Amino acid sequence: MKVLVTGASGLLGRAVASAVLSAGHSVRTFQRRPSGVPGAEDVRGSITDSADVTGALSNIDAVVHLAAKVSLAGSADDFAAVNVGGTRRLLDAARGAGIDRFVYVSSPSVAHSGASIVGEDAAPADPARARGDYARTKAEAELLALGADSPALRVVAVRPHLVWGPGDTQLVARIVERARSGRLPLLGHGAALIDSTYVDNAASAIAAALERVDEVHGRSYVVTNGEPRPVAELLTGICVAAGVRPPAWRIPATLARAAGSAIEAAWRVRPGTDEPPMTRFLAEQLSTAHWFDQRRTRADLQWTPAVTLDEGLRRLAAASQPSITAS
Amino acid sequence: MSSASAGASRSGAPASLPPSGLPGLNASFSRLIDVPERHSTTRSTRRWHILDNAPALAELGVQPVGTVLCVHGNPTWSYLWRRLLSSATDAAADGGQAWRVIAVDQLNMGFSERTGEGRPLARRVRDLDDLTNALSTDALGLAGPIVTLGHDWGGVVSLGWAVDHPELLAGVMLLNTAVHQPEGEPIPAPLRLALHRSLLRPATVATPAFLETTLALAHPSLPSPVKDAYRSPYRRAARRAGIGDFVADIPVHAGHESAPELDRIAHRVGTLRVPALMLWGPRDPVFSDRYLDDLARRMPHADIHRFEGAGHLIAEDVDYASAVLTWLGDQPLVGQASEAATSVARADTVPDTDAGAGTIAGIAPVTDGGRQPLWHHLDDLRDSDDPALVEMVPARGQPSRSVSWRLLSKRVRQLAAGLAAVGVSRGDRVSLLVPPGADLTAVLYACLRIGAVVVVADAGLGLRGLTRAVRGARPDHLIGAVPGLIAARALGWPGQRISTARYPAPVARALGVSSALADLIERGRDEVLPDPPGPGEIAAVLFTSGSTGPAKGVVYTHDQLAAVRDALAAQYEVGVGTGLVAGFAPFALLGPALGALSVTPDMDVTSPKTLTAASVAAAVRAVEATVVFLSPAALANVVATEHSLTPEDRSALDGVLTFLSAGAPVSEQLLAAASALMPDARAHTPYGMTEALLVTDVTLTGIREAATAEHAEGGSGGVCVGVPAPSAHVRISALDPTGAATGVPAGTPGVTGEIVISAPQIKDHYDRLWLTNRAADAAVTTGERWHRTGDVGHLDTSGRLWVEGRMPHVITTGAGLITPVALEQRIDALPAVRRSAVVGVGPQGVQHVIAVLETTARSRRVHLAEPDLAAAVRDAVQGPDVAAVLVVPQLPTDIRHNSKIDRTRLSEWTAGVLAGGRMVKP
Repeated sequence: MKVLVTGASGLLGRAVASAVLSAGHSVRTFQRRPSGVPGAEDVRGSITDSADVTGALSNIDAVVHLAAKVSLAGSADDFAAVNVGGTRRLLDAARGAGIDRFVYVSSPSVAHSGASIVGEDAAPADPARARGDYARTKAEAELLALGADSPALRVVAVRPHLVWGPGDTQLVARIVERARSGRLPLLGHGAALIDSTYVDNAASAIAAALERVDEVHGRSYVVTNGEPRPVAELLTGICVAAGVRPPAWRIPATLARAAGSAIEAAWRVRPGTDEPPMTRFLAEQLSTAHWFDQRRTRADLQWTPAVTLDEGLRRLAAASQPSITAS
Repeated sequence: MSSASAGASRSGAPASLPPSGLPGLNASFSRLIDVPERHSTTRSTRRWHILDNAPALAELGVQPVGTVLCVHGNPTWSYLWRRLLSSATDAAADGGQAWRVIAVDQLNMGFSERTGEGRPLARRVRDLDDLTNALSTDALGLAGPIVTLGHDWGGVVSLGWAVDHPELLAGVMLLNTAVHQPEGEPIPAPLRLALHRSLLRPATVATPAFLETTLALAHPSLPSPVKDAYRSPYRRAARRAGIGDFVADIPVHAGHESAPELDRIAHRVGTLRVPALMLWGPRDPVFSDRYLDDLARRMPHADIHRFEGAGHLIAEDVDYASAVLTWLGDQPLVGQASEAATSVARADTVPDTDAGAGTIAGIAPVTDGGRQPLWHHLDDLRDSDDPALVEMVPARGQPSRSVSWRLLSKRVRQLAAGLAAVGVSRGDRVSLLVPPGADLTAVLYACLRIGAVVVVADAGLGLRGLTRAVRGARPDHLIGAVPGLIAARALGWPGQRISTARYPAPVARALGVSSALADLIERGRDEVLPDPPGPGEIAAVLFTSGSTGPAKGVVYTHDQLAAVRDALAAQYEVGVGTGLVAGFAPFALLGPALGALSVTPDMDVTSPKTLTAASVAAAVRAVEATVVFLSPAALANVVATEHSLTPEDRSALDGVLTFLSAGAPVSEQLLAAASALMPDARAHTPYGMTEALLVTDVTLTGIREAATAEHAEGGSGGVCVGVPAPSAHVRISALDPTGAATGVPAGTPGVTGEIVISAPQIKDHYDRLWLTNRAADAAVTTGERWHRTGDVGHLDTSGRLWVEGRMPHVITTGAGLITPVALEQRIDALPAVRRSAVVGVGPQGVQHVIAVLETTARSRRVHLAEPDLAAAVRDAVQGPDVAAVLVVPQLPTDIRHNSKIDRTRLSEWTAGVLAGGRMVKP
């Protein structure tokens, strides 16, 4: 089968395209920048452009949709245009093109109101209570996608949690950058348990969802490594692997949240080129527990993570060494 | 004060249906029914509001096996019983026994008619009769068997109906209520206040104060919508006249209008032979335990469960509906009510301690009987001048004291006769708040001899725990030293008080003491003794430490305690003349029963850590002791103070042949260190609990052999506690994936599950914990006595038992079950670790493993383990993923044994910290 992977220039998108190729399918990647995935047909275009989207879907059997605006800052309209508008356009076009499988790659934040998550399974996406523009627009898009689920177009939502790995420009790069510039405080005592997902595990789960869509369509699945760690340990592990000094200073979580809110608000008024150093969303993410019940995910997708946390950190370290010496 | 004065001005109002949408109330159960008053001169018809699930059962097409008639108290209404109606209907829908449940709103109460006239108790009982008569002629009919269920003053009304309808009655069930106000006892303070003439109407009718006070009694607090539902029929003063009448109708003195009816009911309740259930919330400022005691005396056959922590609104505090349906399902009352009555009467006369026929997993049933009474050595050795007890330091600054068998035997007989003379009778409960020593020993055997039931609650429970235990065990008499007597006085513990020492009259009066032990000895000089108790009679109630939940009263019969003695004698070769150092209270008390010469070393008995090596040596030397019993905490300190031993001390210790550490598991290292002090002694550590003091035993050599074997077998590890004592059978009830022990108890090696044991020396039952007893007896063949220990473990191929932890501490991960002890042992072996506890966080089935450590270099604060230590811990556990490693200054421990880690507290703390909560000390 021929599979369209959107947003394949990012860390996870590339890994998904590779995983789908390895499963014996042909892959077309679709995004604004070149995907650089060996063996994939690369089509460049914008998810916000109807003609680009229609063109990308010609002769395609299935879609894995990752393209999204994932920044921690930016205007609400930008988030809505890409995350909600883009998904709606892609779904409409997919229906028009007679495509029958659709994997929507979502985020656990779509159902997260800011409280701790301790061993829960995926709750329904809730745009009204989601925190921040990213989470809210992803929640709206997930509801759109699952709303489009039908016998003709089978849709499943997969929510990998905190994806990281070598070449990561989102989580790892941010952590490393902040740690390097001394701007990565541990929030509170750093003991909140947080699960994360090594990129290859997230990719293999998404590929598994594509294969199992007939059995699992209409549902949402959170995907993680199933190895929660105290947030300080996780951040320290990533910093050590990337060759930067782990964070040493701590600020109380409540103060961080308050500061995050204030800074976020200031950034909206006078946006700079940089992202804000701390957002309330990030503060909450790093000071409350986030780990999940993975039983349904593993049973339904017939999937288990192949790369352990420790192995992932080793691979991250191996990939990071040259860049450290270079910088 | 009579009801007439409280209900001066009031008007009638028709009945109505409750508003819709009350939380938890299925509106389809509500209906109104017209009830002709057959007993009144006016022959009016009254309209009642009732809840009735008969239509729902009819819709399901099921025939009810019987009817539960529920009567609310003051100031609630039938809403109180909503859960029972729903649960009973759900059970019927699920194919279970179908019980019709009818819950009435008494007239002038709830949504029933406001009749405009007061309804004293006798009238209310007739009202209920009118209602059941009307129900029997309505379309749905009403047939027996009927089981009544009442709460508060509804309990009295329901019992009034019950005693008047023997032809229909199949059982009675009660939640906190009372049928009798004992002479000379004060009315509970909250009621006294409400009954005060100037307050009665303002408190009950003009304002909702009484209603609000009652609604505030729930533990935990009621949600606002539920409170609103209770308030809904009593919104205006005119609707609350019935509440004031009800309070005014409490017969506070013999001349009260309702006193004769209450007396009639109280008397007739004592003649009921139908099955009875009492579910009680002890945190009730009005219907306190003393009313439960009164009811229990009237219906000695009743099943009783006290829900520790629950209060007056027990129907809101606990899942009473499941308890009620479970109990109903157990009763043989389906069919004829009279047959059930007969079977209870029969059970009443037959002691329930005999082991019958039948086997479990091929084991011959345990038969009791044929043992010598506990005090027989005191009779046999009554003319012996050999010492029976030696106290190294009986009181601060005093030299050691020796008591001969002759003196001890005489004192026991005198005290026994004296106790009988001051009214301590067979079956009475006597709480012993006496520090261990000769006094305690003499009083204990005196009580046993006359058949009084001794209640022993360890001071280690702490004052709150001790109060709950003493209160819950409802002693008729209390014997204590000053600290105990002061506590008894201050906290209002029940019972006649006897002091260990004589006090001047004003002091004795202040303490509420009626006599001293010396007085008893004087009164008992003639040594005229009542007949001794039979082997099946209750001998003792021993309280558990509370380290595994609220302290429970463990009930032993004389024969069962004698079996404990015989098991110890056989296991450790203790007999007449054996010198025994008793550094562990429970075994110290058994010294005279064993015929041994027991010596109490110089130590603060409430703090085992104070025992030194020199004190042990001195005690050994005093009687040339060959056996030493110690608690693990005492043993640790003895080893730690070894340097102070003189050469004479060491040579005395050379004579010890057996030493034993009981109460909590002991490490091989500690046992080995102690062994070095007593080179000729065999080091034993038994496995047992308050409910079964000796189950298995293992020696130091045995532990070492077992470790090698377990490694070879690839077993799941834990603490090896050895092979069962000759009289004990050990089986394992396998765990299901949720961690519940659902397997049929079996002896298959290598299977991890709950440890269940059978032996002549195990407990008879728990005191006033019917539900707990029922669970303990679940899946056990009738006639056999098995104890479910709550411990998890496995048997190896050599029949050795390995303890892997407690049932609630089993960690249920997505990858399977994990027991903590083996992991802790591996972590404890790391040089940087002093002690560890492995707990689970998260919901059942998806938990993750967390290790909490005390480090060798004491940490002053709580923190995440450094990366190297965390990595070492993860390597050490070999297998399960450890999500976090935390370091704490000190792990919380249970105060009694000072060695068992309080995992419940630790789990809650860990869950809080790892969810992002504050990192305070556990």
